[in-house]
Amino acid sequence: MKETFTKSMARNIYYGGSMFFLLVFIGLTYDTHQEIPKRDNHEAINEVVALGKRVWEENNCIGCHTLLGEGAYFAPELGNVYTRFGESTEALKGFIKSRPVEGIPGRRSMPQFNLSEEELEGIAEFLKYVDGIETARDWPPNIQG
Amino acid sequence: MKYQSQLVAQKYFIAALSLFLGQILFGVIMGMQYVVGDFLFPEIPFNIARMVHTNLLIVWLLFAFMGASYYLVPEESERELYSPALANLMFWIFLVAGALTVLGYLLFTYSELAALTFNELWPTMGREFLEQPTITKVGIVIVALAFVFNIGMTILTGRKTVVSLVLLTGLVGLAVFFLFAFYNPVNVVLDKYWWWWVVHLWVEGVWELILGAILAFVLIKVTGVDREVIEKWLYIIIAMTLITGIIGTGHHYFWIGTPDYWQWLGSIFSAMEPIPFFMMTLFAFNMVNKRRRDHPNKAAVLWALGTAVMAFLGAGVWGFMHTLAPINYYTHGTQITAAHGHMAFYGAYVMISLTMISYSMPIMRGKVANSQAAQTLEMWSFWLMTVSMVFITLFLTAAGILQVYLQRFTDTPITFMQAQEKIEIFYWLREVSGIVFLIGLIVYFISFFVKGEEPQGVEA
Ligand code: HEM
Ligand code: HEM
Ligand SMILES: [Fe+2]
Repeated sequence: MKETFTKSMARNIYYGGSMFFLLVFIGLTYDTHQEIPKRDNHEAINEVVALGKRVWEENNCIGCHTLLGEGAYFAPELGNVYTRFGESTEALKGFIKSRPVEGIPGRRSMPQFNLSEEELEGIAEFLKYVDGIETARDWPPNIQG
Repeated sequence: MKYQSQLVAQKYFIAALSLFLGQILFGVIMGMQYVVGDFLFPEIPFNIARMVHTNLLIVWLLFAFMGASYYLVPEESERELYSPALANLMFWIFLVAGALTVLGYLLFTYSELAALTFNELWPTMGREFLEQPTITKVGIVIVALAFVFNIGMTILTGRKTVVSLVLLTGLVGLAVFFLFAFYNPVNVVLDKYWWWWVVHLWVEGVWELILGAILAFVLIKVTGVDREVIEKWLYIIIAMTLITGIIGTGHHYFWIGTPDYWQWLGSIFSAMEPIPFFMMTLFAFNMVNKRRRDHPNKAAVLWALGTAVMAFLGAGVWGFMHTLAPINYYTHGTQITAAHGHMAFYGAYVMISLTMISYSMPIMRGKVANSQAAQTLEMWSFWLMTVSMVFITLFLTAAGILQVYLQRFTDTPITFMQAQEKIEIFYWLREVSGIVFLIGLIVYFISFFVKGEEPQGVEA
């Protein structure tokens, strides 16, 4: 680099630039939190959904699946699974309940989590709630997730 | 080695490398599960293997960053470490906590582990990369604080250099942003919004400061180029990192229920994130070309140049590939993401760790550099690991493109599982590359035990 560009200029760009953009980011974060309630389907959150999120987390579902595109890529997207299962929480519960303990020979299979009826209800309601979140361009692109 | 207390770094590096081996073994297990679905099922389900793979990665990188700091900071500050005893104590606490956590993953079902560690009191488990029990997270915070305190005291009471201050800023940032791991609201949009403050602001923010500082330190040592020149580069690189990378977080706010303006902000700012990585490549090659000495540790120079190139490819090029919102709409959460995640983590953070280890381990073992034979073997391991990682990335990219087309792009989309079957061949190829990577790692370990005539000379 040419000598006209000194170390102290570089340092000032570093301090000034990062401070400025950090503050902008905090401002945007504030604004985003004003906007989020318009589309986050928070009306659907209740005790059952809260339990469902705990079940989701304490069985590490994210370790195989994506949820709104984040997670692991081993198993299908679940942000729209409620729609994919014909908007039926019963179908969701039935699927989760019926996973074979020993898996399916030669194929990827979902573990049997031995959930209680209450936990099943929770996880199904949780997935229904997530499906109701209004994502931009209605992501995922289609029903297959 | 100029200061006796730098030697604590050695055990941090040994722990880091052992956990690295564990990480790769679980990577190879998962690679197998991708093609033989019931491999090790139900004993080690995929999600458990993945957790072990990614958590070992993060923990060993933290060990390596800490070791690097303990080596680098006394030398830069021109004084002994503030408290070697604290550094030793924290080593054992971190190692035991890490080992117990991984054993917990493997010996219990995850829900048992959650119950056992009272997750219900403060639920933080079950989110990607942050799967550790809450109590482990508290342990990480304690270790990080003690570590930052120790390093901070050493720096602030000694000679302050740009390298050590940038490193300190990165380390403080690492500790601070980890605190967001404790915020876990039921509202999924908010959960995801703040989750990225840990993940993105780590790898595309403060960790890049750590990366830049370590790279600058090693380049000063192996090239003998004037510190003033190197520090100017360092400042401008990290300036670009934070100017682009902070708002660049927006590339994760496209599809999670956040406002539409993130499509523009996230795309534009993150599209500029490759700039600092590109500058890092220019920086490393420039300094090596202008070198004022020929350091006998050729392997360390190779790792340093390799870091710059691979970080640019993995983070810069592969990151750019899917960072614009209209493209990310299709690629979000597919094998494209996995391809990028692998090359970026390897190129930037794995390789900078190995660069520092390559440079400092011989010195800590009482020589300027390893024997020619040992270095030759180490360079073989460099190429084996690096080339196989390139292939892992290419195969996953091919798998990803097909996945996106079959499942999302075409007019007649097929289901996720159908698409996975159609792209199986690429998963087989990835697994083969993964095994070559493992072989490369074993060669790397062997290189530590190769004897031979060691080069003479004084350490820089
Ligand atoms: C130093 C080398 C490696 C690094 C830094 C690394 C890093 C990572 C990271 C960061 C993830 C999470 C991916 C994401 O969320 O996008 C991951 C997942 C994974 N890794 Fe690795 N990995 C390495 C080597 C390997 C090897 C050698 C294999 C095996 C062949 C492997 C197989 C996998 C698999 C199958 C996943 C899961 C992807 C999914 O969720 O479907 N990794 N790795
Ligand atoms: C060394 C630096 C970097 C590392 C270690 C890294 C690592 C990762 C990882 C592991 C993920 C997957 C996260 C998840 O599991 O959901 C990811 C996602 C992503 N990264 Fe990076 N990254 C780096 C730099 C970059 C850069 C510079 C860009 C842009 C130019 C970028 C663009 C992206 C995008 C767009 C995603 C989201 C992918 C998706 O929608 O699924 N990354 N990165
Ligand atoms: Fe990011």
